[in-house]
Amino acid sequence: MRPTDISRRDLLKAGGALVVSFAIPGAARGAFGQAGAGAKPLLLPDELDSWIAVTPHGSVTAFFGKMDMGQGVDVAIAQIVADELDVAFDRVSVVMGDTAFTCNQGGASGSTGVQRGGLTLRHAAAEARRLLLERASAKLGVPADRLVVRDGVVSVAGDAQRRVSYADLIGGRYFHHKLEWNKQYGNPLLAKGQAAVKNASEYRVVGRSIPQKIVAEKVYGRLQYVTEVKVEGMLHARVLRPPSAGCGPTAIDESSIAAIPGARVVHEKDMVAVLAEREWDAVRAARELKVTWAPPCTPFPEMAKLHDHIRQAKSIGGQVPIDKGDVEAALKSAHRIVEAEYEWPFQSHASMGPACAVADVRADEARLWTGSQKPHYGRNGVAKLVGLPPEKVRATWVPGPGSYGRNDAGDAALDAALLSKLTGKPVRVQYMRHDGTGWDPKGPAGVYRGRAGLDAQGNVVAYDFSARGFSRQDVATTENDPKDTLAGQLTGSEPKPTIIFQVPSEAYDFANKRCGWECVAPLLDRGSPLRTGHLRDPLGPETHFASESFIDEIAHAAGADPVAFRLKYVKDPRHTAVIRAAADRAGWGKRPYPNPRRGRGDVMSGRGFSYTERNGTIVAMVAEVEVERRTGRVWARRFTVAHDCGLIINPKALELTIEGNVVQAISRTVFEEVQFDRDHVLSVDWASYPILEMQDAPERIDIVLIDRPDVAASGAGEPSTRTVPAAIANAIYDATGVRIRRVPITPERIKAALARA
Amino acid sequence: MTERIRLVVDGRPAELDADPAMPLLYALHAELGLANPKFGCGLAQCGACTVQVDGRPTRSCVTPVSAVRGKTITTLAGLGTPEKPHPLQAAYVAEQVPQCGYCLSGWMLTAAALLRDTPKPTDRQIRDALGGLKCRCGTHMAILRAVKRAAGTKA
Repeated sequence: MRPTDISRRDLLKAGGALVVSFAIPGAARGAFGQAGAGAKPLLLPDELDSWIAVTPHGSVTAFFGKMDMGQGVDVAIAQIVADELDVAFDRVSVVMGDTAFTCNQGGASGSTGVQRGGLTLRHAAAEARRLLLERASAKLGVPADRLVVRDGVVSVAGDAQRRVSYADLIGGRYFHHKLEWNKQYGNPLLAKGQAAVKNASEYRVVGRSIPQKIVAEKVYGRLQYVTEVKVEGMLHARVLRPPSAGCGPTAIDESSIAAIPGARVVHEKDMVAVLAEREWDAVRAARELKVTWAPPCTPFPEMAKLHDHIRQAKSIGGQVPIDKGDVEAALKSAHRIVEAEYEWPFQSHASMGPACAVADVRADEARLWTGSQKPHYGRNGVAKLVGLPPEKVRATWVPGPGSYGRNDAGDAALDAALLSKLTGKPVRVQYMRHDGTGWDPKGPAGVYRGRAGLDAQGNVVAYDFSARGFSRQDVATTENDPKDTLAGQLTGSEPKPTIIFQVPSEAYDFANKRCGWECVAPLLDRGSPLRTGHLRDPLGPETHFASESFIDEIAHAAGADPVAFRLKYVKDPRHTAVIRAAADRAGWGKRPYPNPRRGRGDVMSGRGFSYTERNGTIVAMVAEVEVERRTGRVWARRFTVAHDCGLIINPKALELTIEGNVVQAISRTVFEEVQFDRDHVLSVDWASYPILEMQDAPERIDIVLIDRPDVAASGAGEPSTRTVPAAIANAIYDATGVRIRRVPITPERIKAALARA
Repeated sequence: MTERIRLVVDGRPAELDADPAMPLLYALHAELGLANPKFGCGLAQCGACTVQVDGRPTRSCVTPVSAVRGKTITTLAGLGTPEKPHPLQAAYVAEQVPQCGYCLSGWMLTAAALLRDTPKPTDRQIRDALGGLKCRCGTHMAILRAVKRAAGTKA
């Protein structure tokens, strides 16, 4: 890709052609500095111009400080803005991912694209409409309350000839209007004007299944990804990670790559990379460079003893966020105790391609092209790493090879910046597969324990859930600070992990209920291939695999139907509606559990239920699985998902998002586990870290969307992930009478469990 | 030690001087500057680098460029255009299949070969033909719908 010169002013001047609908390709050197710094007013959240622009042709550009990673959040934002401003959807473009054009709303984070990111855009668009009506009122000599707006044209009610367009009122010019800003950046950022936003009953564009235009660019092979960014004079780089975790290089034999044209080594502390003008030469140099590394220091336990290590290691912090009634006393008085323990492994993002980034670091300014879902934080991290003020660094997001959280993209960004600084040239870093899978931040392993007390009638009198594992944030959720990246940690930044874990999120109303967590220390304090970071729905699938499996175990002990049992203890009407919707659509009739008619043949079938909540979004699902007795294969054949995320912005995009979540979560439940030995991660490619393939995709996923126009939209990018693992495990129990309490549910584990049964 | 290598890529002749052992992927992506195929694994395990070589889906990340001398290469961009789409491309747009979209070359060029050889594949035939490909975003259900739509067998 040849980066295009474009400035914020160009965006205002432009008609439809220049303004692209997803991201502005990076600016070349010539436009540097003109874009962000030179633009007036300043790019601050309290300026309406930071959010909304009207072009001379009357089309609207929305500047979105969060991100879309393929699920269509930008389309939803355009729908919201179109409705608030009363312009046609096709006339709204969304710019995102460039620090020169957008305020930091936190990037893609916690399924808050619409929930939080959309809120400020909604308020900004409403305020822009209010100001435009004020101007129109002055121009037409009619009070604003007698004006109507249709597709960006303001006219007098009942006299359509007296009219003026948005383009005439402000096209190509700035509003110069202040908003009330809560002085926060990132997810909590909120800016509002005086205008009231519309009621859901007034929406015309919100609620429609508008497709993503960018899909065609992808399908015709025309989309430029971050892997296609080219900057004049750039070098191609490959990194060399220690073969044993925690071991730095002791000697590098540069003569070993002397025969490769232009190949060179860059080495600072434990960071080793090779660079060359041609990409293939860099790849060859990385293979052929002879490095002597310090001897292995065996930082990891034997893999088979990982969960014992978690049970036995000293706690480094914990919380009991839910503690109601007197759980211990109730357990003592209980007629019957149900207990179970569940285990979850380390998992990798294993993004479709390993990360890539391009950086051009100069003495007084720097540019970054990144696939990271949080480019504003990438800008800050690069600034700290190379010693520039953040305003002298511009980061531009270009679509990357998949992103489900803090994956390897954040590391690649700072690697590229460090290597550009050290070589004085623009540098493109692309990881090899073993860097991507082997060295990305991992979803944490954990052990989850449930204890419940039942009285003689099978009522739950006590519920106690405790989680123990590696923190979910050995590295922060962003690359805002070099200490949270490999480039930083391998060159001496002191890591400071956040100690944070999770408890189940649901609405079971047990009289005595306690849910708590504890963390254990990272296995290696820096530069670890098992360092943890956010992976889609951080700790959601892990925690609710355990909690929703355990609810089923309690229901079984109480002799209750799993759906009826849940409905007995969940009172919140939104939650019960979702539970009922899933059960009804799936045709869940009451019958004994496990399935008495599962058969003696090779294929056993069963159904499982689970339900969860995530930040206001409620999901319930039924999984129907087949288990092959002989091979141990589990096929999660059919799902029925009921989903309530409040107001629905785009039903089709929501369904596709849910499907993706379900399929990715099946993969994590049935296939995925990071393998390691005492000093390496052994999962370094798709053979050693298998994921779901087409043969194992479900036959069908039925989705029931519950639209609640009166409830503000909450997130959808993750919630339907967390309900999947327990639904599968519960269905396997129904099919086989065997309870699997360890993920991934591999054929070997199934066969072993069946043999024990 | 480079050699001059001539290919036909998406209907246009191309030539480059390259290490004959260099994988075709680097010739297409880094040297000729095509936006696709993609580097996914370099190990023929995922399909992101797929092109058709004389009509056969081929993992370009493990195919030495010297092995395709003089052959006809079709990339995803050569399958069709918005003006003249391949039925699969039209179906992918209609079904809004991709999320990140980085995997598309593998799925689409493999499915295009399947539909050419088996115009009305069964669900089982589609799943078998697409085995070995990866999609990390989990768009498998939409992929199945799109292939069936392109084949005119959509339920």
